[in-house]
Amino acid sequence: MADFTFWIVVGLTLGSAFMVVQSKNLLYSAYALLFSFIGVTGLYVFLWADFIAVVQVVVYVGGILILIIFGIMLTNKITSVNISHTSVQKGIGTLAVLGIATLLAYMVFSTPWIELANVEQEETTASIGRLLMMDYLLPFEAASLLLLGALIGATTLSRKED
Amino acid sequence: MITGNIITDFSLLILFLPLAAFTINIIVGKRLPRQGDWVSIGAILITLVLSLSMLLNMFMNWDSDFSHEAKFTWIDLGAFKIELGFWVDNITIVMLVVVSLISSMTHIFSLEYLKGDVRYSRYYAYLGLFTFSMNGIVLANNLISLYVFWELVGVSSYLLIAHWFEKPSAAAAGKKAFLTNRVGDIGFFIGIMLMFTAIGSFNFQEVFSGVSQGLIGGSLLTLAGVGLFMGAVGKSSQFPLHIWLPDAMEGPTPVSALMHAATMVAAGVYLTVRLFPLFSSDALLIIAYVGGFTAFFAASIAITQNDIKKVLAYSTVSQLGYMILAVGVGNYIAAFFHLLTHAMFKACLFYGSGSVIHAMHHSLHELDDHKTDPQDMRNMGGFKSKMPITYWTMTIATLAISGVPFFSGFLSKDAILAGSLGFAQHYPQHFLLPVFGFGAAAITAFYMFRLIFMTFHGESKMPKVFKRIHESPRVMTFPLMLLSGLSIFIFYTLPYFNPLSDHGWFTELILAGDSVVPGNPTAHEIGEGVHHAHYTAMALSLLVAGLGIGLSYLMYIKKKLSAEAWAKKMGFMYKLSFNKYYFDENYDRFLYQPFLKLSRAVAYVDWDLYDKYFINGFGRITKWLSFLTGRIDYDGLDQSIVDGLGRSVQGFGKQLKQVQTGRLQNYMLFALVGVIIILVIQTI
Amino acid sequence: MDSLTNYLVVSVVLFSLGLFGVITRRNGVAVLMGVELILNSANLNFLAFARFGGMNMAGHVFALFVIVLAAAEAAVALAIIINIFNNFQTINVDEVSDLKQ
Repeated sequence: MADFTFWIVVGLTLGSAFMVVQSKNLLYSAYALLFSFIGVTGLYVFLWADFIAVVQVVVYVGGILILIIFGIMLTNKITSVNISHTSVQKGIGTLAVLGIATLLAYMVFSTPWIELANVEQEETTASIGRLLMMDYLLPFEAASLLLLGALIGATTLSRKED
Repeated sequence: MITGNIITDFSLLILFLPLAAFTINIIVGKRLPRQGDWVSIGAILITLVLSLSMLLNMFMNWDSDFSHEAKFTWIDLGAFKIELGFWVDNITIVMLVVVSLISSMTHIFSLEYLKGDVRYSRYYAYLGLFTFSMNGIVLANNLISLYVFWELVGVSSYLLIAHWFEKPSAAAAGKKAFLTNRVGDIGFFIGIMLMFTAIGSFNFQEVFSGVSQGLIGGSLLTLAGVGLFMGAVGKSSQFPLHIWLPDAMEGPTPVSALMHAATMVAAGVYLTVRLFPLFSSDALLIIAYVGGFTAFFAASIAITQNDIKKVLAYSTVSQLGYMILAVGVGNYIAAFFHLLTHAMFKACLFYGSGSVIHAMHHSLHELDDHKTDPQDMRNMGGFKSKMPITYWTMTIATLAISGVPFFSGFLSKDAILAGSLGFAQHYPQHFLLPVFGFGAAAITAFYMFRLIFMTFHGESKMPKVFKRIHESPRVMTFPLMLLSGLSIFIFYTLPYFNPLSDHGWFTELILAGDSVVPGNPTAHEIGEGVHHAHYTAMALSLLVAGLGIGLSYLMYIKKKLSAEAWAKKMGFMYKLSFNKYYFDENYDRFLYQPFLKLSRAVAYVDWDLYDKYFINGFGRITKWLSFLTGRIDYDGLDQSIVDGLGRSVQGFGKQLKQVQTGRLQNYMLFALVGVIIILVIQTI
Repeated sequence: MDSLTNYLVVSVVLFSLGLFGVITRRNGVAVLMGVELILNSANLNFLAFARFGGMNMAGHVFALFVIVLAAAEAAVALAIIINIFNNFQTINVDEVSDLKQ
């Protein structure tokens, strides 16, 4: 049962991702991206990463996706229909990507991974919090600084020049 | 003095003083007072004094074997050695006197004859050059310097004949003289080279000893001898190269007297006299026939000529023929004797004709008559009363040339005729030679007296001209008197006084040498033959002289016989004689024109064919090659390689810059591809 | 089937798709979407290794940071895209090529 669900989720993710990069309509791509994110969340759950899964939904779907949709709306010329090609250099791109994929896959399958035993995890939230405050305090502060910078930057960038 | 030997010193001075006069007059002559004639006259008089003192020395020594040689080495290359120098013996001394004397007379005569001439100083300069060259021939002791001076004499002749070169006939005559001489000189040079190749020296004495040793013999010796003789044929105007001498009369009369009567033309005879010992008997035979024929043939032309100088010119050719004939039959001392006497009386005759022409010129000039020919005897007549000195001196000279006893010519001519007769007695098959000799004598007497009668006797056909004829001034009559005096027998027979015998200082001091050709008769044998025929010859010569004079007297004085009637009767012969047997015309038609045609053909091949196609073709090929190279260099190398390199780099860059599309995604793609490649390589 | 390689393969595919979108799509926002996909695949990787590979909680923390960074980056990127749209009137990435040689 779990395997079946696993593969469904995988299929959802990958299928939506495919739609994202294939669709000619940007909004369709955005919606596909939504489903892709949700699929990824499912996968996170399968990996016992509960906190991250929730964060994924909240930030990605609730934040970034909305932003993207806003971006699409703001930058599309509603009046003119000028979608000639939505993608370029598809041929070479496909080849190159396939090449990368092949290489990576080859790497994945040929590397002797050391798999440790399945250990049931308690809630991860607490451990994450603890780690953030103790071992990874510096990156935490840096990340907050970064967020500040991004905030200011985005605001500045999107201001109208006076 | 300079060389330590007085003979050599005198010879050097005699040789080079006239050359110094030439140099001075040529360079600064025009600026000197009187145009420098006194320089030349001074030089020649000093030369004359020196020659006379040598003659005096000869008389005092009375040595018939006298000889003196002074030489120096010119080129010494071991195996090849040329020595030059002087050879002085009695013959040389006499010849030097002849040259200096006649040259001085010419210098003096020209003072009046060429007064106010357009190129006065140059004329005197050239006279100096000629005297220098002639003395060079006389003093030479070897064939090479002889040849050099021979050519110089030819040059002087050319310069002097064409003195009035504005007249085209004079310029042409000068050219003709030089070129005809050159033809003879070709043979001369071949002869010299044959001798040198066989014997190895140019020096006379060494050549003679070489011939006597038999180093060269048979037909080769004859050939060499004939070759050497060709020089004489050209210079002394013998048949067939006689054509230049009559034309040379275009030159001033004193020049004609000096060169074409006494000295230059005598150089040929002098040559044969000097080289007599080495002529083989076959060569001598050829020489004899050439000389004899020329004597007769030239005389036959002289009888119809009307120009006074032309008569004298043909007479000279004829007398030279006599001398050559004498050499040919072996009596070469007689030839030299005749050379001496002939120089005196022929120069006198020329000066006399010059005097007459001068008088005619003045008379015609006063009458403003420029059409009448002052030299034509038909315009003269009766000058005896107006120009007594000229008349008497010329008559004396004419008597001499006709061979009348008491005059010098009789002695020398007699010797020659005796020689030819003696030769014919010894070799009866050569009977023509005395026939030529005596025939020419008769004709000579005839036409010479014709000249005298036509010019000085009878009535003038142009009374107006005649009225203004006057005698010439002293400077012109002085040479006449001197030379006519020297035409009297006595100067040659001293210390004996027999007018009928040539026995005198000449025959005692100047003895014939033996021929060095093995097998030739010795001088003694020749002398015997001459002696044998002497009295017969004397009688015969008196006979023919009388015949000639008598016929002339009848025709022109007594007018018993009409010249015109005879001319008409023998119309064809007369025409032949008057037109000089059409020699010049035939030479032109059969020699000059074909040769010019050949030259033109060769020139055509060279210019129009060779130059145009071959040489220009080369040029065109080179031009084309260079054009090609230029193309290769410019278009090929420069454009293709050099520029091409640049262009390819440019193109490459253009292609390459397409990588910089400015599109981010392209860069990403490239990066991706790069990563793939690196990974692949790493795995492999 | 919970093996490491499964998750890794999924992450590889996701990554490839995201890469494809980045290098192929003309629209800037579409490119951004591709970038998000890539980031997601990276996250998946981290978490997979956290569960199976011995990274334990470090993987989770890392994934958290990735999400944070993704958000910041998406914001700034969109701001830039808005700017580009204002300046060039288009957000086709191959038309904003003023740096082209």
